[in-house]
Amino acid sequence: MRNRYVILALALVFAAALVLGGCGGGDKKPAAPAAPEKMKVAFVYIGPVGDAGWTYAHEQGRKYLMEKMPDIQSTIIESVPEGADSERVITQLAEQGHKVIFTTSFGYMDPTINVAKKYPNVVFMHCSGFKTAANVGTYFGRIEEARYLTGIAAGKATKSNVIGYVAAFPIPEVVRGINGFTLGVRSVNPNAKVKVIWTNTWYDPAKEKQAAVSLLDAGADVIAQHQDTPGPQQAAEEKGKFSVGYNTDMSKMAPKAVLTSAVWNWGPYYVKVIDSVKKGTWKSEQYWGHMSDGIADIAPLGPMVQEDTKKLIADAKAKIVKGDLKIFAGPLKDQSGAVKVPAGQVMSDKDQLGWTWFVEGVDGTIPK
Amino acid sequence: MSEQSIIISILAAAVTAGTPILYAALGELLTERAGILNLGVEGIMLVGAVSGFIAAVATGSCWWGLLAAMAAGGAVAFIHGVLTITLRANQTVSGLALTLFGTGLSGYLGKSYIGMPVPQAFKATTLGPLSDIPYIGPILFRHDVLVYASYLLVPAMAFFIYRTRPGLILRAIGENPAAADALGFKVFSLRHLYVIAGGMLCGVGGAYLSLAYAPSWLENMTAGRGWIAVALVVFALWDPWRALIGSYLFGGVDALGFNLQVLGVTVPTFFLSMMPYLFTILVLTLLMAKSGGRVVPPGALGLPYDREDR
Repeated sequence: MRNRYVILALALVFAAALVLGGCGGGDKKPAAPAAPEKMKVAFVYIGPVGDAGWTYAHEQGRKYLMEKMPDIQSTIIESVPEGADSERVITQLAEQGHKVIFTTSFGYMDPTINVAKKYPNVVFMHCSGFKTAANVGTYFGRIEEARYLTGIAAGKATKSNVIGYVAAFPIPEVVRGINGFTLGVRSVNPNAKVKVIWTNTWYDPAKEKQAAVSLLDAGADVIAQHQDTPGPQQAAEEKGKFSVGYNTDMSKMAPKAVLTSAVWNWGPYYVKVIDSVKKGTWKSEQYWGHMSDGIADIAPLGPMVQEDTKKLIADAKAKIVKGDLKIFAGPLKDQSGAVKVPAGQVMSDKDQLGWTWFVEGVDGTIPK
Repeated sequence: MSEQSIIISILAAAVTAGTPILYAALGELLTERAGILNLGVEGIMLVGAVSGFIAAVATGSCWWGLLAAMAAGGAVAFIHGVLTITLRANQTVSGLALTLFGTGLSGYLGKSYIGMPVPQAFKATTLGPLSDIPYIGPILFRHDVLVYASYLLVPAMAFFIYRTRPGLILRAIGENPAAADALGFKVFSLRHLYVIAGGMLCGVGGAYLSLAYAPSWLENMTAGRGWIAVALVVFALWDPWRALIGSYLFGGVDALGFNLQVLGVTVPTFFLSMMPYLFTILVLTLLMAKSGGRVVPPGALGLPYDREDR
């Protein structure tokens, strides 16, 4: 009997070691600093760097930063849950002497603000939030502009005039993406409809693939998506149809299907922030970057994209970058055809951040 | 799109979405029939999925991937066997530890394989005239080899458990290991055997996800299917046929949700995500009620067997 408790205790220790090992494994510290005055920068991630989506894109940005600025030192902490845990992690990073800390998920907003109060000499950068302080700035990008361009590719590629959109959660960020995409589609193909279905997942490859399959069965011949996995792209590939990826270039996963992807490119912005901190010119701001800053872009177009489509996309991109084309400029009609944003006006940032209706051309509803 | 073709597409989706759960549930069923509760199914599936994927990338063949997934699934289950059968550790604790272990290990092993395409995946193949039968063909016989194998596995397992002598012995070691031991059956070796065999099946369930259903490796790609399999085994009253019904129901209702959305039926999406769970539990509870309303797990399930303990 005594034996049994020993084993039970061992099993518990084993389990505990795994849990701790799992968390500790996220720390990555590059080799010991050659010069002690190297500036230390930290990144807090919501997921694993290998999620092939959101966190992966941020990690690519960090790598870009390290390449451009080899004189800094960076630390990453992966899979940090939002809430109390993140506050502890951020405090620890500040305590360790990191000069700039990037917190890359919406739910880190309050923890970041709380920790920032205690460390006024540390610069905090919070991604996708809306609260700032003297030493806390926020940053995000208008990926909708990139989605608009992918919409052009989809609108030209469709033959059935039904485009499927596998949507994640019914929140303004996703709605904005669908609207931007649809406006892109309709700019080249006013007869096309974008059929939306919701999966309520960010990350379930099999389920998201299944959602895409039901759209394809219903006649869609191009698939777009908002989740972090390539499941929908694979569904399109298997059925010999086309698709549009998100977050990172998804053409590797479905080479015959992917027309292009709307991608995040955080690297140049990270370089800009670190550069301004070094020079002492950094000031707290709410940055919501346009495509002209390079923060959002599209992946290289696939070989199946026609020449005239390529030209349309290049032209639209040039206009967006120059600021001549505002994708959410009026007249914007909702699904019933009522004008919501009159001609001559551009939808305000505030309205865009709280967007809860679909533009004309979207076939689907937003669950309340 | 006609109503018929929608129904066919939902039923066909039920089969593909249900298959990974079915394999895992059959594996857990075998393990539990031998009296060992293994809550590590989720972890084993993940290790199976990643091992299968790595082997398929390394060799260029999904068959080697399948073998590797089975070997890895069996190996991880063997850890559980050593802890719970040989060392008589608490099965719940060991199983939970195994899930944590499997999740971490698979993430670690698969790190450099994320975003990589697999050179060869299990592709849908038709079965000659069978695939052309109206209705049944498109629903059942236009899938990949692993789905066909599961069609054979369910009756084979049911036959084994209920109609063969080794099956009787399997049930005996799960019901009353002391009696089986007294009759001269090697309780410890047999339990190890079934735990490993169950782990291999869970490994196949994982490999189905990474090599057939959504051919790619992504961390945590099983997304809770292992836990669904564990729960299904209970609702299925440790019976392979009911496990099949439960798995397909779960897959089917999941697919139905998307098809309802396509048809423009407005149902709150959170309700849709809830539906497969609700519906599966409901139907299996009804099945349970029909069979007398009693849940009788294998008598010695979860209890470590100790010869000295009387």
